[in-house]
Amino acid sequence: MAEWFHPLLALAVAVFAALSAALGLPPLAAFLAGGLVVLLAVPVARRLADSAAVPLSDPPRDPAHPPPAAPDPGRALLERLPAPLLVIARNGCIAYANPAAHAALPHVEPGAHFAHLIRAPDFVAAVTATLVDGEERACRFTTFDGSERHFEARVGLLPADPAFGTDRRAIVQLEDRTEPHKAEQLRSDFIANASHELRTPLASVIGYIETLQHHARHDPEARERFLGIMAREAGRMQRLVDDLMSLSRIEMSEHLRPVEVWSLNGIVTECVSALQPIAGQQGVDLLLELDPQDCRVAGDRDQLSQVFTNLIDNAMKYGGPGGSVRVLTAPPSRAHPNRCGITVADTGPGIAREHIHRLTERFYRVNVSHSRNKGGTGLGLAIVKHILNRHKGRLEITSKPGEGSRFTVWLPRAASGDVAQPPPPPDPGEAKPLGM
Amino acid sequence: MAHIVASFDEDLVQVQARISEMGGLCEELLSKALQSVQERDPVLARQVIDRDRALDAMEMALEESVVKIIALRQPVAADLRVLIAAMKIASTLERIGDLAKNISKRAIPLSSARPARLTTSIARMGKTTLAQLSDVLNAHASRDVDLAVQIWNQDYEIDEMYNAIFREVVTYMVEDSRLIGIGAQLMFIAKNLERIGDHTTHISEMVYYIVKGEPLGDDRPKGEPTGVDFIHE
Ligand SMILES: Nc1ncnc2c1ncn2[C@@H]1O[C@H](COP(=O)(O)OP(=O)(O)O)[C@@H](O)[C@H]1O
Ligand SMILES: [Mg+2]
Repeated sequence: MAEWFHPLLALAVAVFAALSAALGLPPLAAFLAGGLVVLLAVPVARRLADSAAVPLSDPPRDPAHPPPAAPDPGRALLERLPAPLLVIARNGCIAYANPAAHAALPHVEPGAHFAHLIRAPDFVAAVTATLVDGEERACRFTTFDGSERHFEARVGLLPADPAFGTDRRAIVQLEDRTEPHKAEQLRSDFIANASHELRTPLASVIGYIETLQHHARHDPEARERFLGIMAREAGRMQRLVDDLMSLSRIEMSEHLRPVEVWSLNGIVTECVSALQPIAGQQGVDLLLELDPQDCRVAGDRDQLSQVFTNLIDNAMKYGGPGGSVRVLTAPPSRAHPNRCGITVADTGPGIAREHIHRLTERFYRVNVSHSRNKGGTGLGLAIVKHILNRHKGRLEITSKPGEGSRFTVWLPRAASGDVAQPPPPPDPGEAKPLGM
Repeated sequence: MAHIVASFDEDLVQVQARISEMGGLCEELLSKALQSVQERDPVLARQVIDRDRALDAMEMALEESVVKIIALRQPVAADLRVLIAAMKIASTLERIGDLAKNISKRAIPLSSARPARLTTSIARMGKTTLAQLSDVLNAHASRDVDLAVQIWNQDYEIDEMYNAIFREVVTYMVEDSRLIGIGAQLMFIAKNLERIGDHTTHISEMVYYIVKGEPLGDDRPKGEPTGVDFIHE
């Protein structure tokens, strides 16, 4: 018998056919469907929907509901579709979510009502209406927890089978449109901010060039001085562009959940070692006082390093020479259940209250010329904030003028069971430069 | 044929789904209200004002069905708690909707005034408020007590933002008396946001109550009163 007639394959193709018919999936699916029997899809879809009939509420009280059946071929296929898919039973409960849906929507819980997962009014209205009239619908919606995310959804009906009652089941295909949306937003913000920030150093460089071309042409002493200033201004522009680039990269990845698990102490220790030489140059005591009780966090290692580097860098810069910067484990806090905290404390002049909640805004500085003189770009804390957003962390800033500042980073503890293969955590004793 | 009479569990599922749906509408109203302020868009502002009615209708419908369920099923203990909390959350959400509507009302006169620098601070406060609301709705949907407690403990951030905006607006009005009109509108918007924050903590108390069966207590960190130089983010 030719491989072609293998029933699994026929079923697979049929599911694709049903899905592409119901949802207008992209050409690949349509190609696979290749004009094959849509009719074949019906039993598969039915079996899929039946096997997915799971208990409705938590905790399950009704023993009459069967537990989810073993995966069948139709389901196995849906499992592999890259697009997030949900099957919603007539009473609104989620009957099935494929792995892509689980990845895109961390709160997916089969058996729960779909409105607990996606409560945007347009989406709720589309699913509700399709469950009633069977029409296909498309809608867009936004979610607001942490970083905003934008989705497009297409809603259709799974083919119903008269033999199994008239119960309708909706199938929903989701597409995450956050990236294109953000790219758009970023483009306009970038142009506004960057041009404003670049204008000053650029104007000064141009001014010095003109002076060098005219009055200072034959004045070697002035030339040396001006070239020094120009180099500094150009360096500032370069840092600014670097920071803007890394900020925009971070913003683009902000909605992707980090999966690798790291030792928090390891990352912090490494950052501190890498910054010791700079502390030496600036005459600051950089002290590490970590609790040996380590904490594992799910994160992007480079980004987390950047968080601590930026905070320590600020503490050294604004804490002033002769001061000390302590990096320590924060005691557990009721306001941050299940999170581990690392505090960067300095002995500098502190920050007045009205500035504190604005420090993470892009380009916000308490004292613009002070920050500029120290080579600041005004983006360090904005970068910290965006990285922490991505990691579902928080930044807590406490300060009293005259008594130094404390910046505490709170990161969620990695769940012990459900994380992806952890790569080996960095060796805490090893101090290699971070190349930032 | 399917069951004619839905089970009690099904009733509970549906009631809580309606809460999430109301929450979704609240998020949308608030986000559009903020957008109408920031983009100086009176048309959008009027849309928000009109749509708030849908939220009122949802609250009424929910209350009615809860009353019916209590009468028919006479639930006790945990189930009764869920239903009572649902009613309280629904009326809290309805109030949040009203506050979003009020913000939109302020957006209309603002849209014809000169653009004000301060709307950036308001936008930031609005974003934080919206994220807290969204988080508490997630906490409700997944019965996540930890998240609820965390939100409850974080409301002081919004209080702090309110205090900072208050000071900023006052300075602004003192500097230029022509800006008193705009300043007052912005102050009302900030106040409305601060109250939405309070309602959000109330919802987190309800989530705690649903899961734990006891109140969450009373020692929530609060923003320091304006004028004291002690700091928190
Ligand atoms: N440890 C600190 N002590 C005092 N002020 C600080 C500290 N950290 C940050 N700041 C203030 O926050 C502002 C923003 O910091 P940041 O975003 O890192 O930008 P930059 O350091 O480039 O100016 C700084 O300009 C400074 O005014
Ligand atoms: Mg900095």
